[in-house]
Amino acid sequence: MTILNSKIPEDSLAEKWAKYKASAKLVNPANKKKLDIIVVGTGLAGAGAASALGELGYNVKNFCFQDTPRRAHSVAAQGGINAAKNYKNDGDSIYRLFYDMIKGGDYRAREANVYRAAEVSNDVIDHFTALGVPFARDYGGNLDNRSFGGVQVSRTFYAKGQTGQQCLLGTYSSLNRQISKGMVKMFPRREMLELVIIDGKARGIITRNLITGKIERYSAHAVVLATGGYGTIYYLSTLAVNSNPSAAWKVHKKGAFFANPSFVQIHPTSIPQLNDYQAKLTLMSESLRNDGRIWVPKKKGDKRPPNEIPEEERDYYLERRYPAFGNLVPRDVASRAAKERCDAGYGVGDTGLAVNLDFKDAIKTQGKKAIEDKYGNLFEMYETITGINPYEKPMRIYPAGHYTMGGLWVDYELMTTIQGLYAIGESNFSDHGANRLGASSLMQASGDGYFILPYTIGDYLADEIRTPRISTDLKEFEEAEKAVKERLEKLILINGKQTASSFHKRLGKIMWDYCGMTRNEKGLKKVAEKIKELKEEFWSDLKIPGELYEVNQELEKAGRVADYFELANLMVIDALNRTESCGAHFREESQTPEGEAKRDDKNFAYVAAWEYTGENKPHQLHKEKLEFEFVEVKERTYK
Amino acid sequence: MNIKLKIWRQKNAESKGAFVKYDFDGVSPEMSFLEMLDALNKKLIEEGDEPVAFDHDCREGICGTCGMYINGRPHGSVQGITTCHLSMRKFKNRATIYVEPWRAKPFPVIKDLIVDRSAFDKIMTAGGFISTNVGSAPDAHAIPVVKEKADIAFDSTICIGCGACVAACKNASAMLFLSAKVSQYALLPQGRVEAKERVQAMVLKMDELGFGNCTNTGACEAECPKNISLSNIARMNREFYKAKIT
Repeated sequence: MTILNSKIPEDSLAEKWAKYKASAKLVNPANKKKLDIIVVGTGLAGAGAASALGELGYNVKNFCFQDTPRRAHSVAAQGGINAAKNYKNDGDSIYRLFYDMIKGGDYRAREANVYRAAEVSNDVIDHFTALGVPFARDYGGNLDNRSFGGVQVSRTFYAKGQTGQQCLLGTYSSLNRQISKGMVKMFPRREMLELVIIDGKARGIITRNLITGKIERYSAHAVVLATGGYGTIYYLSTLAVNSNPSAAWKVHKKGAFFANPSFVQIHPTSIPQLNDYQAKLTLMSESLRNDGRIWVPKKKGDKRPPNEIPEEERDYYLERRYPAFGNLVPRDVASRAAKERCDAGYGVGDTGLAVNLDFKDAIKTQGKKAIEDKYGNLFEMYETITGINPYEKPMRIYPAGHYTMGGLWVDYELMTTIQGLYAIGESNFSDHGANRLGASSLMQASGDGYFILPYTIGDYLADEIRTPRISTDLKEFEEAEKAVKERLEKLILINGKQTASSFHKRLGKIMWDYCGMTRNEKGLKKVAEKIKELKEEFWSDLKIPGELYEVNQELEKAGRVADYFELANLMVIDALNRTESCGAHFREESQTPEGEAKRDDKNFAYVAAWEYTGENKPHQLHKEKLEFEFVEVKERTYK
Repeated sequence: MNIKLKIWRQKNAESKGAFVKYDFDGVSPEMSFLEMLDALNKKLIEEGDEPVAFDHDCREGICGTCGMYINGRPHGSVQGITTCHLSMRKFKNRATIYVEPWRAKPFPVIKDLIVDRSAFDKIMTAGGFISTNVGSAPDAHAIPVVKEKADIAFDSTICIGCGACVAACKNASAMLFLSAKVSQYALLPQGRVEAKERVQAMVLKMDELGFGNCTNTGACEAECPKNISLSNIARMNREFYKAKIT
């Protein structure tokens, strides 16, 4: 049985990473040329890693399912990217960024990893600036910062509401440079469908070419997954509709433990669902909460237009409940507070499932121009979708599934429980505990890809220099390819009546209802049954038109939905196991009299890492105990 | 709503395509254009037909994946938005809508409405970057950038690479796309170092890939969902001539 070893260096917090780097094994340049690395995914983590590894001299093969690496979903991040630069002289430091993340994650993240993420955050900003990423600047020509999502310092760098796009295009440019030098070979429109393990080590992947349908084999000395999260499990989420956890799920079934799967962030400020046909929910950046005030009417069911409701009849419930942080409380707190008001009957709009986000006061004090400079594109997007002009009327918002803190378990070196298989960015579990703070996902993904993995993977590959290039004719590749084909053929052969999306939609709905913003034992047990029934229905009534060896978007979807069922099941198991509330995981049975999350540090200060033991067999739980040596574990309060 | 769709169907790159008519009743004015296609596809699949293949992903106008001619215009008739943001509210009941893939030689059709835009990546690979390695950057404040210039640079960086400019251009020119990238780096001190080599390499690659030249019609700017300005092309030309004569 695999034993969890997080490999955290023994040194003091501030010295761990420096000492690790100083003592990590190196691969000499002549040997790097002989080593192949597969990177799956081209977001900030994947394309960052691929370019950094290419720069070092490794042979990199980079894969994405999109038609070009520039479309990975990092592109959609809006608000910003954190760094502990302290350019504002407001008391920020690496330690404070680290502390905010540990606290924001409700003491369910690993100290050493979080400190390192904070440490490399400054390098990330320097690198992006050198790559020509057009972060906002002030009139002195320096970079501007704003305060963002649940922190009291201004450490967020931004490029209007398009920070993710700009950072991703910067990363894409560095990737292109390595492609032009022949160091990275790019494989777009490929979906990873299996991991190949030889003698216990990750040695390759099987992909489907999404144009020809051909099942392809690729080998390497190490494999890196940078495949993002699984927020799409709810069907409606802020994610791109094709974002999916299938690659992560495939490696989980091959032996990589999956950690804290129930830790899913529900983002508080998304445009509410407008109708039943909707394919996704559009995020309105959290940065809007810097200037917008959130409120609902004080009177239940008040249907007057918002501008006709006088000041004294408005309930600014976040400012009321959390005077110290007000509208800037972290995402989990803001989301639950919105749900609480709407469930109690104070919600606005036709469905009652929305709250107001009002810019009236900000426009009055700062002027329309200042607000337009900061949020222009977001206001436009809001108006395009809803037909409402937010300069004149408050936006309506509601929480939506967004980011997954859970993911593949990794050690300090970002290696999973499979030798030579790494997971970086959102696909791993490591840095955000039970709740992620705003503007820290771009930071972590870029840090992992550009600045951390290139060191840790070198330490592993130093022992692989005698391993010759791996042949894809080996029986392990043959078997993996065969399994992939059989599975795809099985899906096509069901030949039932319902589409993959219709199953996904139904699964998403029950997950949102029972394993979303709040959970309880009864609901979780109920949904576990429902998932099972729906999965059986899927495997007997799915309809996929078309064939394997051609463009077949329905087959792509079906393969992912099949995996969603299995992952949904594990999320429920994890949520049932964790009877405490922490961060985004809110068990109704565990709350304070004021309705705040109540942690149980005595019994749950651990990472739940789940081992797959076989089809229809129970997952095995492994606990990685979380030790807090450098921060005092306290109640997480924003009051 | 009832909509009469005439959609370009083409099995693969080798086969010949044709318009196929669909009389579709299940349309709600609240749907986005792509949600309307989702609903059509659901119906087609349930009736045993092949769904319409189209590229899409983020559905919030930022990834640049979606794109099709709608009644002869890239991303439809509404200025400044991508196909995923186009609302069915913009169409009249019983309207006839023609839906086609991008038509441009450098973007061959893969299937139905899906085209191959990898030529864009090739242009970027030719020089769309600043040569700096991970770990070698100075402090981000080491080089101040004049705010006005940074702001103009930003306006040229928001291109999403959807290809509407090429599809709109009668010459299938990629000048707007290319010039936006050239402008970004030309305006920032970090990008000046390689400005000469960059613009020449990228223009050469564009020509090699079969994109046409710019004849100042301005269709690209008119159809760009991100309102990228034609002035970028002027800046690119200046950069190009400067590179040639100095």
